Amino acid sequence: MSKIRKAVITAAGEHHSQLPLQTVVGGDGLVRTALQMTLEQIRDSGIDEVALVICPGMRDSFVAAAGSAFTDLTIIEQHEPRGYGDAILRAEEFLARESFLHLVSDHLYLTASNRPCARQLIDVAEQHNCCASAVQSTRENEIGNFGTISGMPVARETNLYELTGIIEKPTPTIAEQQLVVAGQRAGHYLCFFGMHVLTPSVLDQLRRSRDESDDSGFNLTDALNALCQSERCLASILDGTRCNIGQKYGLLLAQLAISLGGQDRDYVLGEMIALLAAKTA
Amino acid sequence: MGQLLRIIESDVTEIRNQSLDAICGSMNPEELLAECAELEKFRRRCPNLYRRVRTLFFLYAVYRFQIIRHLEQTERESGRISYSAWEHMLGRRYQEAIDELLAAQDKAGPSVTLSSALAEAYHRLAFETLAAQVRKSVRSFRGNQWMFRMGHPADFPLRIRDELLQRSADGSFRVLREQTPVRMDFTHSGWSDIFFLGMDYPEGARVINASIDLAVRGKHQTPAPPLECTIRVIDEPILRLVSIDLDASAEISRVEEVFDFARDYLGLLKAAVIAAGIIPPGLEGSDVSIEGILSRLCGPGLGLEIVSRVNEIPKGSRLAVSTNLLGSLISLCMRVTGQVATLAGPLTESDRRIVAARAILGEWLGGSGGGWQDSGGIWPGIKLIQGSVAEEGDPEWGISRGRLMPSHHVFTENEISAEARKRLQESLILVHGGMAQNVGPVLEMVTEKYLLRSQPEWDARQDAVKLLDQMQQSLEDGDIPAVGRATHRNFHEPLQQIIPWCSNAWTERLTELCREKYQDSFHGFWMLGGMAGGGMGFIFDPEVRDSARDWLQTTMIEVKREIEDAVPFAMDPVVYDFEINENGTTAELSDGGQMLSGYYAMMLPEWIRRGPEALSPQTRNQIRIVSEQCSASPDGAMAKSLLQRMLPTSESTAAQTTQLDVLLQQNGFDPIAHEQLREDLKSGRLGMAQNRLADSVQVHDVNEGDVSQLRHGVPAAVVERGRAAIAAGEVAVVTLAAGAGSRWTQGAGVVKALNPFCRMGGRWRSFLDIHVAKCRKTAEEFGMRPQHVVTSGYLTDGPIRKAVSKLSPDEQVLISRGASVGLRMIPTVQDLMFTWEETAQQTLDVQQEKMRQSVRAALMKWARVTGEASDYTENLPLQCMHPVGHWYEVPNMLLNGTLLRMLNDRPQLRYLLLHNIDTLGASLDPACLGLHLASGADLSFEVICRRLDDRGGGLARTDGRLRLVEGLAMPREEDEFGLTWYNSMTTWIDITRLLEFFGLTVNDLSNQKVTEEAVRKAARRLPTYITLKDVKKRWGRGQEDVFPVSQFEKLWGDMTAQSGLRSGFLGVPMGRGRQLKDPAQLDGWLRDGSSAFVESLCRW
Repeated sequence: MSKIRKAVITAAGEHHSQLPLQTVVGGDGLVRTALQMTLEQIRDSGIDEVALVICPGMRDSFVAAAGSAFTDLTIIEQHEPRGYGDAILRAEEFLARESFLHLVSDHLYLTASNRPCARQLIDVAEQHNCCASAVQSTRENEIGNFGTISGMPVARETNLYELTGIIEKPTPTIAEQQLVVAGQRAGHYLCFFGMHVLTPSVLDQLRRSRDESDDSGFNLTDALNALCQSERCLASILDGTRCNIGQKYGLLLAQLAISLGGQDRDYVLGEMIALLAAKTA
Repeated sequence: MGQLLRIIESDVTEIRNQSLDAICGSMNPEELLAECAELEKFRRRCPNLYRRVRTLFFLYAVYRFQIIRHLEQTERESGRISYSAWEHMLGRRYQEAIDELLAAQDKAGPSVTLSSALAEAYHRLAFETLAAQVRKSVRSFRGNQWMFRMGHPADFPLRIRDELLQRSADGSFRVLREQTPVRMDFTHSGWSDIFFLGMDYPEGARVINASIDLAVRGKHQTPAPPLECTIRVIDEPILRLVSIDLDASAEISRVEEVFDFARDYLGLLKAAVIAAGIIPPGLEGSDVSIEGILSRLCGPGLGLEIVSRVNEIPKGSRLAVSTNLLGSLISLCMRVTGQVATLAGPLTESDRRIVAARAILGEWLGGSGGGWQDSGGIWPGIKLIQGSVAEEGDPEWGISRGRLMPSHHVFTENEISAEARKRLQESLILVHGGMAQNVGPVLEMVTEKYLLRSQPEWDARQDAVKLLDQMQQSLEDGDIPAVGRATHRNFHEPLQQIIPWCSNAWTERLTELCREKYQDSFHGFWMLGGMAGGGMGFIFDPEVRDSARDWLQTTMIEVKREIEDAVPFAMDPVVYDFEINENGTTAELSDGGQMLSGYYAMMLPEWIRRGPEALSPQTRNQIRIVSEQCSASPDGAMAKSLLQRMLPTSESTAAQTTQLDVLLQQNGFDPIAHEQLREDLKSGRLGMAQNRLADSVQVHDVNEGDVSQLRHGVPAAVVERGRAAIAAGEVAVVTLAAGAGSRWTQGAGVVKALNPFCRMGGRWRSFLDIHVAKCRKTAEEFGMRPQHVVTSGYLTDGPIRKAVSKLSPDEQVLISRGASVGLRMIPTVQDLMFTWEETAQQTLDVQQEKMRQSVRAALMKWARVTGEASDYTENLPLQCMHPVGHWYEVPNMLLNGTLLRMLNDRPQLRYLLLHNIDTLGASLDPACLGLHLASGADLSFEVICRRLDDRGGGLARTDGRLRLVEGLAMPREEDEFGLTWYNSMTTWIDITRLLEFFGLTVNDLSNQKVTEEAVRKAARRLPTYITLKDVKKRWGRGQEDVFPVSQFEKLWGDMTAQSGLRSGFLGVPMGRGRQLKDPAQLDGWLRDGSSAFVESLCRW
């Protein structure tokens, strides 16, 4: 696999179009949009070109929210809501059959090491020369929000799995029967992190899905499910966490996670304690 | 290594399947005890569950049947069971109980008493171990585990599918409706569908069953899936559960209410809700509002409604109605929460498996138990269900040989043709015989016998497995007569060889009649489920099937009328029409107004009572829909049923009360004494706690010489004296049969004396048959037929007279009718609490214990609301009355002239042998009579060495006086455990001395007034005990509720405490004094030789 130099961010979902525009205070105390944070991470991971897939009519808002990480951001509009898979496929021309990094726009990624999460994943994909999806161990009560994988640990590797299947938003009943991964705690499953390094064959698969689907759309999960049957796909637990800002209190929790790891930690903690004390009284 | 351990440890099939009885037969007691010691050590260290369980059963069987057999012949009969060992057993601490009992055995040597206790402790520990393993397997089944981890509503992971949140045109949410067939098993290969068997012997666990739709003949037009349920979102944050057939509904707002299974009749729906994960079992104990969960599941302000309906199938159908209804409800709940892939239509195979696994979980939660084939109705058509061998990676691997879940193979039309299926439908007549039985003891017996591998039973099991192959082949060949022959042989040969009690007189009578009437056109009988008597099948030639169906319907009713006093029927027999269901359980999404039949008739009156302002918009909308339907068709079924429901009639209740009054009057009810009793109960002068002797009374065991033991030998002259008295006609037999024997039929109200419970001399025999046969043999041996009196009561008199009238006049059986009855009362809460909390109680399995606590809370509420110590009149009149204790049965003979008649007929009569109906070994034994005569006692009571299950008093010295003390009179419960002898109730009576006790002479017996006064005076000298009896109340279609009610009794054993009467005590062998109180004792009774002993006393 040649060097990964392109990234695609999807932000065209019906309920997600405003999320990247929300502002958060970064670990350095500066206010940024969520999109800006994501783009900065991509830049710090060594990506040269980024495409942003959005709803029609949102171009100006996204350009304004993107900040200065990339000067030549490619904006692609998804004119019909035909699903997540279609959104990625919109970037086909931009990608020009190169392997690429893909992120969703309703997540913030907080690294726990000196390498950004995206860089960690790119390193895995480049080392093994195949698709790689970031996953996070997730408690069973949350798996209904994520694509959840089944897989086999890769020999002599830590936190790396051969992907054998994916079920989108499973119930724990189904997960227990089909998605138990060796080495995970009881009731914990490996769920997508919202970050993938994908090869051009994913786009081939997406195209097939498009041809077979009706108007309701098609998604990435089906394509990855098909792909992992024919070529090697890996799943990697990264040294970091994802915050889903699309969930109830997602933005608040993401903000707290960022602040408690940043320079304003003591201030935020103090305010929380004061709030708690006032509420208790 | 000992021989028994070698069997258990061996992997060689021939060694592993050796029979325990065959090996132990040649061992002496010391060798047997050495084998037991080795097994005991082994079971403590053995990690393999099933070897451990088999060891426990071996230990049970060796103590129960082998060691006791030897010890009974020796002086080592009596021993002591410590009270603490008994307490350990009650508290299910069997390991500790075994430790104590073994220590006592090491110290005092083996004895029959200790062996009986050890056998029981091992037996219970074996079942406890098995049950714990099944529970563990159910919990660890993949797909079930998460529900036990979830401990807080905030963690609730399920969401309702969007389709259910869409509203219909009328504004109400859409309804998902599930229709499920029941299952009919062709064969279960000797109950191989019991989980324990399937998990230990998966190769032999095989069942063929078919999913069927039903129609009750005469009520329904065409067969349809008999189980229906619906689920829908409602606009109130509650869980509404409705059972249309049980006429019960509940609106649940707290999580804890879901786990309160016995609070109402909705236990099965609740178990389904829990097992389906809507309220996961992990939430038990978190007393939170259900709103939080429903809000996560359906959305804020919304709730769920689940409705079930069983279409006219009575309880005991042997068609696994409850398991399939559970499966149906679980399927519905799992469909709407996305736990199975399919929302509507039939389920996929993987969906069916998880639904079946959850149904097993639901059965465990609800405290019931089904076999693994029972959820067969979820699958389509005819299928072969087989145990599967556990493999690495399975939760069962290394623990049991088989998996919890079997595999299902649905036969295709290539395997069993459409023509064969059609012919089967045209040949089989499916019926519900009307008996509602408890199949639990049968399943326990099967498990025990399987693990012991007794040779005849093991051979029978192999035969049953082969019969399945034959049936499958016949089905594939389309040879339905051969199927009939195979099911017939299956029932009459292997099944009855394994468990004779799976058959009964009722079933066999019907089979005989079918054969007589239809000869070769009757191809065979077909037992459904665990035992015969309820759901059953009869296979006929299609040519005669229709006429046979009409004939069978009439014949069943006729035969039932003949025997219903003796056999516990829950309802009149019915005949079904049926069809094989080729879909299994299916679901359909429909608009909101389309609810199950009977739903609106049930719910509407309550909605109207509440008023529109208290109803949600959706409910108001439904009222409007119903109103429109009624307006459109005012004479329609809906309008009629609504009217009937809202304007109920009370004619039947009034008629019932009148009938009770008449019966009380006819049977010597004393209203003044009754009111006095009520006052005493209310004031606390009488009650369960007051039954006990004063705490200061010291209870000690007997002294040496207090009991004349038969085993010590009886001098020939003494025996001869007894023999001469019998031959001279000086002695008569009195069989006590006034009571219904409520434990025998669990309060069903039939006559125990007439219950045909065992086969002897090639026919089914009742208790009465056996006692008459004993007198017949006495007549033959002594050349003098003894007079034989059977006492009767209000409940038993008519049926006993009818039965006696069918005997030959030579039998000379007299009937002494009871002269008084009592009216049962609602118990006081104090008495209920005393019984449940103050006296030692057997702790049940965790889930069953929860059920019991819930039932008890409901019963206490019932007692408070209905009125403590008020008259119990909410049942059939005969169930509201009670006999007043067996003490009265002797004075009744004085009052009703029976004794006078006997003396007139046979002036030489001097003695009576009085015994209970269930003391089958009691006979006119010359040695016993000789000992009685030699002792000069007025009354000689026969006592037996106490075994573990002989509870309820014993022979004791109380403050120095030798007397029988009833269990309920023991000042302290532990006192009973210090007593060696147990009262068999069999008494030799000197008539003259008895009359003297009453202050009467023979001449006085013709003066009714004097006799009455004498009896009244004597009765005042006897204590009155308050007891609680379980009484069944039947309702609906074979449904039964059991209520504890208060009654009073005077007991015969208290005659030993009367001054002026000299009582003697004879120690007799167990076979002579043993009482049969519970059908669960029957198998042991047959196996330990008691049955053969009784039969040796009879002449048929």
